[in-house]
Amino acid sequence: MTFKQYMKRAWPLYVMIVPGIVFVLLFRYYPMYGVVIAFQDFSPAKGFARSPWIGWENFEFLFSLPEFGRIFSNTLIIAISKIVADQLGAIILALLLNEARRIFFRRTIQTLIYLPHFLSWIVLGGILLDILSAGGILNQALRSVGMEPQLWLGSNDWFRGTVIASGFWKSVGFSTIVYLAALTAINPVLHEAAAIDGAGRFRRIWHITLPGIRPTIVLLAALSLGDVLQAGFEQILTLYSPAVYRTGDIIDTYVYRVGLISAQYSLAGAVGLFKSFIGFFLIVISYWLADRFAGYRIL
Amino acid sequence: MIRDRTWFSRLFDSLNYLFLAGFAILCLLPLVHIFAVSLSGRAPATGGFVSFWPIDFTLENYEQVMGSRNFLRSFVISVLRVLTGTSLNMLLVILTAYPLSKTPRVFKGRTICIWFFVFAMLFDGGLIPSFLVVRSLGLLNTLGALILPNAVPIFSVILMMNFFRDVPKELEESALIDGASHWRVLWHIYIPLSLPAIATLTLFSAVNHWNAWFDGLIYMTDTANYPMQTFLRTVIVTLDLTQVGINPQDLQRLSDRAIRGAQIIVATVPILVVYPFLQRYFISGIKLGAVKE
Repeated sequence: MTFKQYMKRAWPLYVMIVPGIVFVLLFRYYPMYGVVIAFQDFSPAKGFARSPWIGWENFEFLFSLPEFGRIFSNTLIIAISKIVADQLGAIILALLLNEARRIFFRRTIQTLIYLPHFLSWIVLGGILLDILSAGGILNQALRSVGMEPQLWLGSNDWFRGTVIASGFWKSVGFSTIVYLAALTAINPVLHEAAAIDGAGRFRRIWHITLPGIRPTIVLLAALSLGDVLQAGFEQILTLYSPAVYRTGDIIDTYVYRVGLISAQYSLAGAVGLFKSFIGFFLIVISYWLADRFAGYRIL
Repeated sequence: MIRDRTWFSRLFDSLNYLFLAGFAILCLLPLVHIFAVSLSGRAPATGGFVSFWPIDFTLENYEQVMGSRNFLRSFVISVLRVLTGTSLNMLLVILTAYPLSKTPRVFKGRTICIWFFVFAMLFDGGLIPSFLVVRSLGLLNTLGALILPNAVPIFSVILMMNFFRDVPKELEESALIDGASHWRVLWHIYIPLSLPAIATLTLFSAVNHWNAWFDGLIYMTDTANYPMQTFLRTVIVTLDLTQVGINPQDLQRLSDRAIRGAQIIVATVPILVVYPFLQRYFISGIKLGAVKE
């Protein structure tokens, strides 16, 4: 087949893909080129092309900042705690839902616990700021049973816990979906055979149900590696305040403040590049692990 | 289905139902509380006497919110954003996914195109360079800043592509032999057969556009251009109720807590309206991505 014959048939395919390529070039690849600001003394007037190059100076300055260790460890601590809480919670909830045999009941519960996933952090944050405030309903409830009210969002003792718990609230229900899908794929014959052989309910959960979803657990554990730098930017930006920077300031919020509030583009760009770089390798490794141990491929 | 009739198994069942119901209610209680506050009068709302049922029932908080020009303007911006942004997303997702779903023999250059998109998904230029690019393109304070940067949601493209690949090849081959072009094949075969997937991705895209607020915050320097969630942020998070533009005498009679609550509820209603449809589709949507074997 000559090129001309091939194109006679295939040209629409190329026309179709062009708009997508143009948008991705402009809004994904052009910013990737823009990471050069991390090695420049960037000024918007001069742009990416003509700002003076200063080598690793931004990074040297960044690594010398006391905030750097703090935002890095806060990010890791919050993100990893969230992943562990979310996945464990989702597995347990999915197993319990799977044991609830009444379909109507199960559907209703699912509907209710998925809902927070679809609300924005502004809506959920607005709710949290209200119920967790000094005179909010949670502290009132605590007072009424004789416990100490706490500054859930304003104290360094509680902020991380509040972020992790509220992240759990938003995500855990929806995270059960993947496990529930895996649970329905388990052949009921296995359960019947085990029951005939005298295996009780908990033995069957332990020896049939759990092994049945093990590939899914391994898969999600592998994929979650790609999220260990995602502590929840929108959530923390909504909930935090200067009083809790010590325990709650993460890489993303720091980049936002330094870069877009104080307009120190190059310094913020250096932090951002640092994160993008590590994040890229984490995702690549997580996909490799997912392929290696769970046979998962996105393509 | 096996039924265990041992007392221990029954006890477990009852506790399980109780626990799940309790957990679901706990997930919902914060929303119920805010809803109750939003329907309450000034004294009980401000004094914190409202729990899960309104006290001094009033609809005035909602009347004030719905009568606020600033709030309504941001609402309209958000609706516009959802309509244009979602249409653009879906157009590009379908157009991009179709060629990528072909074999490299049918679509020469497929491999390199795939990696072009996948790499763009995996490596993020970061907030600051993205902001500078959008600004240098002159998009600040335009609707374009909200819909163009994420016009091609790459993960959705991959899901769509995987879905297209499951369309039986025989249909397409016979159509092509009969002289149909790829446009016709896409329009008359692929799209009708992929409606569940398209519906799922459309709903997800619409919800994302409705819920997005951070891009509004950084790309709109004039607060008059804020979409609703960004507008709500100034009201709810920075507690700047003057933004709502309610006249001070009215505020004397009402609780700012209740007004914030009313705005939260109004922002949530559109999600609740599409939620049943979302529910119907997202299970299949998730399956087509996450648990693909």
